[in-house]
Parts: sequence; C-alpha cells; structure tokens
Amino acid sequence: MNFDFSEEQLALKEEARKFLAAKCPPDRVRKLMDEDSPGFDPELWAQVAEQGWLGAAIPEEHGGLGLGYLELCCISEELGRAVAPVPFASTVYFFAEALLRAGTPEQKAKYLPRVVTGELIGTIASAEQAGAVSVANISAEVSGGKLTGVKMPVTDGVVAHHAVVLAKEGGKPTLYLVDLNGPGVTREAVITIDRSREAARVEFKDAPVERLGEVGDGLALFEAINDRAAVLIAFEQVGGSDMCLEMAKNYALERFAFGRAIGGYQAIKHRLADMYAKNVLARGNAYYGAWALNSDAPELPIAAAGARISASDAYWFAARENVQVHGGMGFTWEVDAHLHYRRSRQLGLVAGSARSWKHRLVSMLERRNAA
Amino acid sequence: MDFNDTPEEAEYRAKVRAWLEENAPRGVKGASLGDEDESQMDACKAWQAKKAAAGYAQIRWPKEWGGGGGTTIQSVIFAQEESRMGVQLGGPFAIGLGMCIPTVMATADDETKKRFVGPAVRGETIWCQLFSEPAGGSDVAAIRTRAIKDESSVDANGDFDWVINGQKIWTSGAHYADYGIVLVRTDPDAVKHKGLTMFWIDMKSQGVECKTIHQMSGARGFNEVFFTDVRIKDSQRLGALHDGWNVSIITLMNERASVGGGGGARGGGAIKALQVAQKIRDENGEPLSNNSTVREKIAEHYVRAEGLRFTGMRSLTALSQGKTPGPEQSVSKLVQAAAMQDLADFMVDLQDQAGIIRDPSLAVENADFQEMFLGSPGGRIAGGTDEILRNIIAERVLGLPGEIRVDKSMPFKDLPTGR
Repeated sequence: MNFDFSEEQLALKEEARKFLAAKCPPDRVRKLMDEDSPGFDPELWAQVAEQGWLGAAIPEEHGGLGLGYLELCCISEELGRAVAPVPFASTVYFFAEALLRAGTPEQKAKYLPRVVTGELIGTIASAEQAGAVSVANISAEVSGGKLTGVKMPVTDGVVAHHAVVLAKEGGKPTLYLVDLNGPGVTREAVITIDRSREAARVEFKDAPVERLGEVGDGLALFEAINDRAAVLIAFEQVGGSDMCLEMAKNYALERFAFGRAIGGYQAIKHRLADMYAKNVLARGNAYYGAWALNSDAPELPIAAAGARISASDAYWFAARENVQVHGGMGFTWEVDAHLHYRRSRQLGLVAGSARSWKHRLVSMLERRNAA
Repeated sequence: MDFNDTPEEAEYRAKVRAWLEENAPRGVKGASLGDEDESQMDACKAWQAKKAAAGYAQIRWPKEWGGGGGTTIQSVIFAQEESRMGVQLGGPFAIGLGMCIPTVMATADDETKKRFVGPAVRGETIWCQLFSEPAGGSDVAAIRTRAIKDESSVDANGDFDWVINGQKIWTSGAHYADYGIVLVRTDPDAVKHKGLTMFWIDMKSQGVECKTIHQMSGARGFNEVFFTDVRIKDSQRLGALHDGWNVSIITLMNERASVGGGGGARGGGAIKALQVAQKIRDENGEPLSNNSTVREKIAEHYVRAEGLRFTGMRSLTALSQGKTPGPEQSVSKLVQAAAMQDLADFMVDLQDQAGIIRDPSLAVENADFQEMFLGSPGGRIAGGTDEILRNIIAERVLGLPGEIRVDKSMPFKDLPTGR
C-alpha cells in the first residue's frame, strides 16, 4: 500500500507553497480584484511559466517537464490555497489536456510548446446558458469549417488566445480549436462572483475552426477532459479548504469575546472539527482521483466524480464557515475570507455542478453494478 | 502511488493466506456481543489458541509474551486476510488484548505479567474494562466507585484488602469475562484526577454482580457491574496509589492505536441503497432510483464512505512505511456513526409506509435498515460521543483551547453533582 505522495512530490509542493506565499500573497489578489478589468495577473503568470509548472505533466517532446500528474496535483493544491489569479486551470487542465487526448501530432506540436512557455493562454468554451452541458444545451454550429454561436461563460475567455469549443456539426457534438484573436470572434468581459478569475461572453460569427478529434466525439471527449480536470480542480479545492480551516483556526485563537478566545467555545470548535472532517474526506477522495488520473485507470470517471463531489462540498463548507467564524470582519473586503468564498463557488461550478456530478456518478455505479 | 503490497508485505500476505487456507474454520458463526452461546465462545477460544500457537494472535507483540514479533502492517494484513476468509471470531478478546493486557504489561510486576499475558493471548482468559460509571460517561474521571483500605487486614508481607463499593456501566463482555481492570476512587479529598487507582480484579470475586443492559435495539451487548463489599488485595494494584488516571491513559492510548484495515466494501451501504431504490416504485410507478433527490443522496453516501476508505488507506500507507499515521483517522468514527444513522433514516423513508416493518421475513432487505435505524443512535455515543470526538479533533488536532473546567482545583467530594 503506497497511497501517498512521494518525498520528492511533497518537496515540490512545499516549494510551490513558498513560491506562491512570496509571489501571490492575498493582498495582491485583492488588489487585482479592485481593478477595472480584474481576474488576471500577467506578472504571476510569467513567473508560473518560468517555474515550469505549465508543462509539469506535458511530455518532454512537446517542451514540458514530463513529470506526471501526481506532480501536477501538488502544484494544483498550492494554486488553490493561494487563490491564484491565473488561467492555469483553463490552460493546463482543459486546453492542454484536450490536445493531449484528442490532438493530432501536428496539433500537439503546434500548440503545446507555446502552452509550456506561457505565451499561449488557452481555455475551453462549453456552456451557452444556465444548465449542465448537454447536446440539447448546445446551439453553436459548425458548417463548412466556420463556427457560429455564443459561448458563455468562458472562464479566462478575455485573456485566452485559443479555445477548445464544443459545438455541433450536422447535429453531432464535436470539439474544435478556435483562435480567439482570429476573424469572426468578438468577446466581452462578463461580471462574475469571483473577481480573481475573469470570464467572457464569446460570440462566433463564421469563425474559422480546426477540428479536434472526430465529428460526433465531442461530448465523450469533453467528458473525458472534464474528468481529468475535475481531479486537478479537486486538488485546488482541497488546498483552498485547508487554507480556510487554517484561517478560521488562527482567527478563533486570537479573537476574544466574553473574556476568552472564541476558539474555546464549542460552537466554534465543533464547526472547525466538522470542517476538518470534510477536508480529510475530500483529500482521501482526491488522492484516489490522482491515482486514477496518473495511472490512466479505468476507474478514472468514478474516481473523478468522487473527488469532485467531495472537494466541492468541503471547499464550499470551509469557505462559508470561515466567513462565519470571522464574524463581522468575515464579510469585509480587507479580510481574505471572501476570496475563498468566491473561489469555492467558481471552482465548484467551472467543471460542472456537484448536482450534475452526483447524477453522473450514480449512472456510472448503475452501469458498474449491472456489469 | 499504488495499492500494491511491498515485496515483503506480499510475501507475508501469501504466507498468511496459505496458513489460513489450511487452518481457518469454515462456516462458524462468531459471537456477537450479548447473545453468544457456549459453542460460539468455544469456537472463538479454539481459533484464538490456534492463532497464538502459530504466532498470529498478537502479531505486533514480542515473542516472549506470546506474540508474533511482527510489525503493525503485518497485523493489518493478517486481519484483512482473516476477514476475507469470513472468520470473525476475535470479538471476545478484543478488549482484553487491545486495552487491559497492555495496561497490565505496562504496570504490573513480572510475576503478574507471566500469570496473565500468555493465557489471555491464547484465548484461555477473557478480560473486560471497568471504567465508565453512571455518573462518568464522557467525563470518565468522575468515578464514584470507592475503594477503602481495610486497616485490620494488613498481613505480614504488608499486603492488605481494599473494599470496593459502587457501580460500573457499559462494560462489554463483563458477563463472560474472567478478569477485569477497574478504576476506583481511593482519595475523595484529592482533586478529581488525582484520587483514582487502577486494580486488576477477578470477576468471580464475591460481591461482583453483572446485569446486562437492554438496549433500544433489543441487543444486550453491555453490562452494569455492581460491587458490594468486594475485597481485593493491594497487590492487585496496577501502577502507583492514586495514579489511576495516568494508568487509564495507557489503556486508552492502546485503544486509539488500533487502526482500521482500510477495508470495507466500496461505497459503504450506498451500493445496497441503490439496489433497493431500483426495486421500489414511486407514486408514478417509476423506480425510486430514477428520482433526482434519491440519486443525489446515494451519491453523497457513496462519496463519504469512499472518503473514509481512502483515509484508512492513507493511514495504512504510513504504517507500511514504518511511520505513525497522521491525525486523519480521528474523523473516522465521527463520520461513520452519523453516516449510518443518516443512511438508515434515508432508506427507511424510501420504503414509505412499509418502512416501519422490522419483521425480517416481511421487511425490505430482511430489515437490515430498520436494524440500522435502531442500532445507529448507540454508534454516535459508544466509544466517544460525537461531541467528545469533535472536542478531541478541535483540541488535539487543531490546537484550540480546552474546555473551561470547574473541577480542576476542587476536592472531588465537593464537586457539584446533578441527579
């Protein structure tokens, strides 16, 4: 039994934590959120690229470090802890993973080396309206190699250079690569609940596309990519959850009321114990996801669902109760509790809601039982 | 990251498997606490003796004490393989070997150790632990059972009698135990934690009376134990006079040292819940498993149970690497006990009016969920209430302040008591 990260992987995580504590402290994130066009820290992005993190799991032949997904999970956890305002998830978990899974050798060679250096910011554009992504919920249509339709919200869609777009061709769901600076694409920023990550409404009018994978495979590919992203995002969520618990605990120790630290009252202690319990469960589920992702196990979809559901629950609980423990200070701009409150919901939705993942999980369990 | 044994572990597992194939009893029902019969107890004792002879009884203990001289991970592997074979015969010995005998080993003289350790390992004697009292559940140190020295009984060797009066409760297996360790108050003028002393006791001593407790589920797994003028020798003392609290910590530390096997079925009861939901129709004639709320709830149960299973694997990994597991295991019982009650309530609700039926011949799934409904409240209390477990996590894992205590500086006899 070796259900843990290696010494080297944990050292990488420690290094990432130190790096982000120095380069991405919460006041920097908050300051960025104050700006007119918030949601992206180009300086931090360049530093993250310099660390090699963007290519951690990208094979060396495409310019990456070729380390593996366990290493990437370690980095993800720290990015989540720091609420980093960079398009890491969009570029690495979605865009690069889509290429690695479905790209031709030419497509990989064309895009991946630029992802690794940070010059290419990528994203995925799937949703168009309220409700889970499904064939019925997609109207974007490709015909004659040209895409027409509207995608919203597209996370990191304002700064991204390229997007993987889920659209239909002759009614069949298919993935495409689109140059967002190319002809026929207009985009505008959308105000969202998480000002540390921007999002856009992207309109395509006869925009030229490059097909990714086969016609009709779009939804299956999208789900496969989403499974992988869900595991990595679960690590961001676990990092965020642990940070919330740490903040709440520190505040409960230093805040006095009625003559003693509020951390001495059971109403607070028990809440923090419950946070800890959810975080432990989320970490266990995330580790299983990491194992399945790294070994490309057939259990990956079920493992990803478990990681996603558990981590979304833990982060949301920790983020909202962290605000509560901070009392009146908890909902002020200057205290960082709201950074996690916002981010926990952003991460809990960006790869699909917990509700839709629960349905997906039970469908998979039904199939497994029937088999 | 993988789920494989190390080469040494694989070798040990193969050895254990071969031995179990050869020796494990098949189709023998284990003794469930409170309704065991003599033949079941005999089966348990016979299996324990066989394991002891082969060095599999207390794998982690030194050979000189009847153990196997092995590692913690080896004991986990053995437990996993034993459970895989469906052998569940260790129940009657768990408390003795898990808590009482380690306490004896840590505190008694060589003669006493020689007398008790071997027979307990071989399953010849069974022990119980007599700490909890009607007025001391979560607050274990609030013990009122009194031991008074009989000055007239001092013999030539300086040994003398203590006379014990009082009552213990929640004592698992007291009705079949041969011996027990008992925590009693020897100095009521001292503060609560300072006036306690630990002794071993022969459960057949005159004046010891056991009464089983009838639980709401109908089970009778625990006892009340009454002490009326029970005489024990001072030479039965474990540890120093008035130092019983520190001795009891040794006992309880051993309880916490036991780590789960990281086993359990995938998804806990969630898979069974899904199968049941597939068979029950809703008001529109559709299987309940098609209902959104039902599906979401099943998913939540599955994920929670899996989270616990993987947490167990993290602890096992630490053991496998020869490290002490982290504090993550502390959430296990807290989460598990509440999950059981939650699942039972959900599953009974799915059955609608039929959910009240507990007759196994008529109820859904032989009334498993009705049994769980009635049994699960005890799970949230026994072995540490939800509230005490949350305090432990908050204080020992997170480092939050302890409770305000009014009982720290006052003589025990002056402490306010309720009913």
